[in-house]
Amino acid sequence: MSGKNEMYTQVFEEVPPRVSWVKRFARVFFGRGVVVFGLVVIVTLVITAVFAPVIAPYDPYEQQLDNVLSKPSWEHLLGTDTLGRDTLSRIIYGSRTSLIVGIVAICMAATIGMSLGLIAGYFGRYTYTIIMRLIDALMTFPMILLALTIASVLGTGLRNIVIALGISLVPPYARLMCGQALSIKENDYVTASHAIGAGNLYVMLRHVAPNCFPPLIVLMTMMIGGAILAESGLSFLGIGVKPPMAAWGGMVAEGYRYLLTTPVLSFAPGLAIMLVVFAFNMVGDGLRDALDPRLRGTL
Amino acid sequence: MKTYIISRLIQAVFVLLLATCIIFCIMRLLPGDPILLYVSQDECSRMTSKEEIAALRHRFGLDKSLPRQYVDWISGVVRGDLGDSIFWGTTVKEEIGRALPVSFYLGIITYILAQFIGIPAGVICAVRRGKLSDTVLTVFANIGITAPVFWVGILLIYLFGLYLGLLPIQGYTSPFEDFWLSTRKIIMPVFCLLLFPVSGTVRQTRSAMLEVIRQDYIRTAWSKGLTERTIIMRHAVKNGIIPVVTLAGMGIPMILGGQVLIETVFNIPGMGRLAVDALFSQDYAIVQGVALVMSTIVVISNLAVDISYGWLDPRVRYE
Repeated sequence: MSGKNEMYTQVFEEVPPRVSWVKRFARVFFGRGVVVFGLVVIVTLVITAVFAPVIAPYDPYEQQLDNVLSKPSWEHLLGTDTLGRDTLSRIIYGSRTSLIVGIVAICMAATIGMSLGLIAGYFGRYTYTIIMRLIDALMTFPMILLALTIASVLGTGLRNIVIALGISLVPPYARLMCGQALSIKENDYVTASHAIGAGNLYVMLRHVAPNCFPPLIVLMTMMIGGAILAESGLSFLGIGVKPPMAAWGGMVAEGYRYLLTTPVLSFAPGLAIMLVVFAFNMVGDGLRDALDPRLRGTL
Repeated sequence: MKTYIISRLIQAVFVLLLATCIIFCIMRLLPGDPILLYVSQDECSRMTSKEEIAALRHRFGLDKSLPRQYVDWISGVVRGDLGDSIFWGTTVKEEIGRALPVSFYLGIITYILAQFIGIPAGVICAVRRGKLSDTVLTVFANIGITAPVFWVGILLIYLFGLYLGLLPIQGYTSPFEDFWLSTRKIIMPVFCLLLFPVSGTVRQTRSAMLEVIRQDYIRTAWSKGLTERTIIMRHAVKNGIIPVVTLAGMGIPMILGGQVLIETVFNIPGMGRLAVDALFSQDYAIVQGVALVMSTIVVISNLAVDISYGWLDPRVRYE
């Protein structure tokens, strides 16, 4: 008896201690400098957006018609635009537009797209055909053109831009989720789960969906950036939030006209877009590494 | 396989029909009236009488019921007649005939370059994970999906066009007219168009390859003593490429979408510019025509992706 007990103890001692997933997540996520940098940028962005009135040195809508297109100076760090409005203040206020549009549109698109893709991929047959052909039809239009068309139907304004982007961004999620589900449902553990009597919904949510997540997380965070980019594209083309509300893309377009004299008008908001999109992408990468299910319980 | 391809072809036609339906409905939901916009463009026509407006409306078939308009449009398309532009007084076919070769030329160059640069770069990143080449390429890829293309375009115009004066900043010349000038003119637009597809491909290839490299059969291949080259080319790439193929299929609408912005920045008379201009002047027929052409291109590429799935991944069964 005692000999058998000893054997058990030995076996258990050889297994490394399980690490809680929170600890592991934190260690992987904060392990890379660039991810932490991205997180810092996003936190800063959120603070900037929330406290814009406190941080901005000037009122972003206040026109100083005697001081238009001024070069950067101590008074106006990034100069002023055609109406004498302070560029820095407008960039600070523009962060609100980007953040709201990016996050809300992606949440909308991801929820619709992932549900559709999962259902289509999991059930296959007619369900697959109907859902995916509809997605295909939506996807045959370039995203920016679809968003542009929907936005011109709905009219300008923050809410309409979010809806336009939210609908236009659905197809990639549905397609990716569907492809993943198609491949994953062929795995043995799915068959095994069915064999022990698990229902469709359970298998879908417990086995198929979690294994689809790594590429989807990359896509989602990549596309918060993408949505911010698309919003800037729309407002660059002239369809965006209602003026005089500030949007970075629109500011780039405005500045483009004065490229020779005051290039900073166009450069600065573009740089802001780039920084924010970069931050979201990096955090997405970090999330992907930290959420990888194959690393669960290790480290 | 053959029945699968045939059924996919039928589905493709169905998808195109769905797409025409979607674009038709969206266009008809547009607030405003293209006829009123058209007659209000010059001073004297402000006095246009109601009868004349009604006549114009009749001429473009806008007085009929919506289903009737849709059927008229589709039957016209089948006969090769895309309708007339309301705003420019030309036929849609003429406008598209002018714009399509421009966009097609830019698009093809971009697409080919994107695959040739993106996939090998992504494979190199995965194979040399954590090394210098991986870091450098990943940083470039991240900048590529980060930067707004229209802004990069403006930066390039400022640097190479205005500051250094090396390249022409606007417009398009056909390569058959003046090859050298044409090439100089498309360098900057193509560079901008490339950014997003290349970076996306690098990232996707890298992450897909990293998944594959950890698999058991790769370890088996190593233990069999195969060379690294064989393992990467024969075992890893073929399995890792599936998500990349999806992305390559998505790359086409991505390039077409990039053209919407880039053609505006560089003042290139292609499909993207045509669509934007028509959308702002509510020229139904042009927008529908452009959307239809773009849809057709994308449907064909999607079809190619779906068929290649079966060839690349036998686990995906066709039902």
